[in-house]
Amino acid sequence: MVTKYHSASPASLGRGTVTCAGCGGMQAIRQTCRVLGEKTVFVNAAGCMSLLAVYPFTPFHGSWLYTAMASAPAGAQGVRDALDILRDKGEIAPDNDLQVVVLTGDGSAYGMGLSATSGALDRQLDFLYLCYDNEGYGNTGQQTSAATPHAAHTATCRGLEGLAGVKKDLFAIWAAHDPVYLATVIASYPNDLARKIEKAKQLRGPRLIIALAPCPTGWGFDPRYTTTIGKLAVDTGIWPLKEYRDGQVVHTHIPAQRLPVEQYLKRQQRFAHLFEPQRNDVVLGELQAEVDHYWDGVTP
Amino acid sequence: MKQQLLTGNKAAAWGARLAAVDYIPAFPITPQTEIIETLSGWIEQQSMPGRMVIVDSEHSMLTAAGGAAATGVRVFSATSSQGLLYAMEMLYSVAGWRVPLVLVNVSRGLSAPITLEPDHNDILAARDSGFLQLHCASCQEVLDMVLIAYRLAEDHQIRLPVIVNLDGFYLSFTREPVTIPTAEMVEHFLPPFDPLSILFRADQPQSQAVAVLGGGLYSYFRYQAHLAAQAALPVYDQIATHFGELFGRHYPAVDCYRCDDAEWVLVMIGSFATKALGAVDRLREQGCAVGVVRPRVVRPFPAEALRRALRGKKGVAVIDQNLSPGQGGVLHSELLAALYNEPQRPAVVADFVGGLGGRDICDEEFFAMVSMLQDAVKRGETPAPRLMFTQHELDEVNRLHQLAQPAGGDNGH
Repeated sequence: MVTKYHSASPASLGRGTVTCAGCGGMQAIRQTCRVLGEKTVFVNAAGCMSLLAVYPFTPFHGSWLYTAMASAPAGAQGVRDALDILRDKGEIAPDNDLQVVVLTGDGSAYGMGLSATSGALDRQLDFLYLCYDNEGYGNTGQQTSAATPHAAHTATCRGLEGLAGVKKDLFAIWAAHDPVYLATVIASYPNDLARKIEKAKQLRGPRLIIALAPCPTGWGFDPRYTTTIGKLAVDTGIWPLKEYRDGQVVHTHIPAQRLPVEQYLKRQQRFAHLFEPQRNDVVLGELQAEVDHYWDGVTP
Repeated sequence: MKQQLLTGNKAAAWGARLAAVDYIPAFPITPQTEIIETLSGWIEQQSMPGRMVIVDSEHSMLTAAGGAAATGVRVFSATSSQGLLYAMEMLYSVAGWRVPLVLVNVSRGLSAPITLEPDHNDILAARDSGFLQLHCASCQEVLDMVLIAYRLAEDHQIRLPVIVNLDGFYLSFTREPVTIPTAEMVEHFLPPFDPLSILFRADQPQSQAVAVLGGGLYSYFRYQAHLAAQAALPVYDQIATHFGELFGRHYPAVDCYRCDDAEWVLVMIGSFATKALGAVDRLREQGCAVGVVRPRVVRPFPAEALRRALRGKKGVAVIDQNLSPGQGGVLHSELLAALYNEPQRPAVVADFVGGLGGRDICDEEFFAMVSMLQDAVKRGETPAPRLMFTQHELDEVNRLHQLAQPAGGDNGH
């Protein structure tokens, strides 16, 4: 099964994808593609974005390989190794080579795909991993994933207190592998995103990007507010923008005065139970304290 | 060309080496591990080119194998048993990608209970994956089948991955004299890999393995794989004929032993079929006209060749080294489907399940099977699938049950 697609506007993505209106993941992918250019092969795991390339259409100007939910980094290993083999044999010219990009959601990245990712990092695979993190199994209707934040409602968690667990710290898990580059991004801060993708593009080895992906459908907000919600995630300190290089974590944007987390939470249906029918000050306090605690440990 | 004593595993590694494979994603599992250890040793010593990568699981291994094959290199891999099942999602996937890689499976019984020695439940679980299947009965055949598998997988009409199956322990760890062809001879048989249109290049962007929506389109691509698999039967015959001409070793899709004048036939796959040959010779000495049929190609299923081989026989005993609980043997039902529309089909096609987890099948059991078959034909009644087990084995199991009971316990189990 092979599809080809050509478009007049290079360097980003074609229009008319099947993602939901206001998809924060799509924003991040679009901005990423603009920086990476066309010489890419996206190796995808099962998730929302698996429906970007649906026969016979694709919005990508580069190449695409859908694998399965658990093993996109292993697919990237095979593609990268094969390209290296072909280059060593002189069967493809250097300018015909491709940047291998793993594209998965949080469901794969935080859970089922961890083993394959860890393996790729052990082997110092030369690839870029873009995780769009919409904090739940979004493609199937936002069930709880390992990326779902504390107290959120999901399709599998509708109790008064929301999710009892906390969001897994994938950044720390990935950083423990000492990759060449690791960063968090969000499309609401496009310059920060572009700068990080640009940096990643220049490096060789494992380069990992976690993009928080505000999800109107899964989080419950009007699609017009995707960028706003994303900005609030950063400005409240809930989504720290940071990067890891050479054993150091550096915050690339430290909010001068963090907004109360409530401002982020109250605009999303998944946290509405913390405000209606009555305020849950205990949980709201916990969420604020968690963010404050994080930033207390950050030295500017 | 040289002859050496090689294990089945070493023979498989030689097949990959002679096929000049570019890429070997690997993961260790008994009884397959010797294959990847042998290949990694050769690559380290630079006695063969190629690149090996040890990945985190068989699921990743098959994904990497498929990804590399989709990029346009010749790929080899090997696994066994639980590993094959762990990779199962990707077996179906990469078959759908239509990438022509070759996977060796060294058969081993499946958990639970976890065990080491062979039967065919692992490989038959991959029956519907879209991989073609070639089953070996000797170490020489293992080497040769790897070469044939590449020709078959890479044929322009086929473009499907192929599994070469050998039995753990009985072949994997058994040394047999194997003729190793020279690289020059193999070059005459197996041309360099041509990825055709399946590749990734910056100047030829393409999407592979994309989603489809709607049953019509899905059916189309699934039917394509089926038609390619069906086409693999005549293509296999051509390739095997060519192989025979070049190397003097002949591998028809279905092996028949003393079948022409046989009234009774044993049908088996894999190395245990060689056990039947001796039993058949002994029965022949006593005037019993019995033969052995061994399908070498199991996917595509060589139905016509089997019909030809079994037409007009009085009775057939299928010896299934696998068990589909609640049904019986898998090969038995496949064979029945092939024979149903044959006007001169044998009166009785009986099923015997044996050889599970490496359990031996001895001559006496073959004799008993033939005798039960004759009896069934006389009575005009096909018996239910028969599970081979001896009184001696039951005694031994009971002895172990005794040991397993807690001291002083009154466990009647």
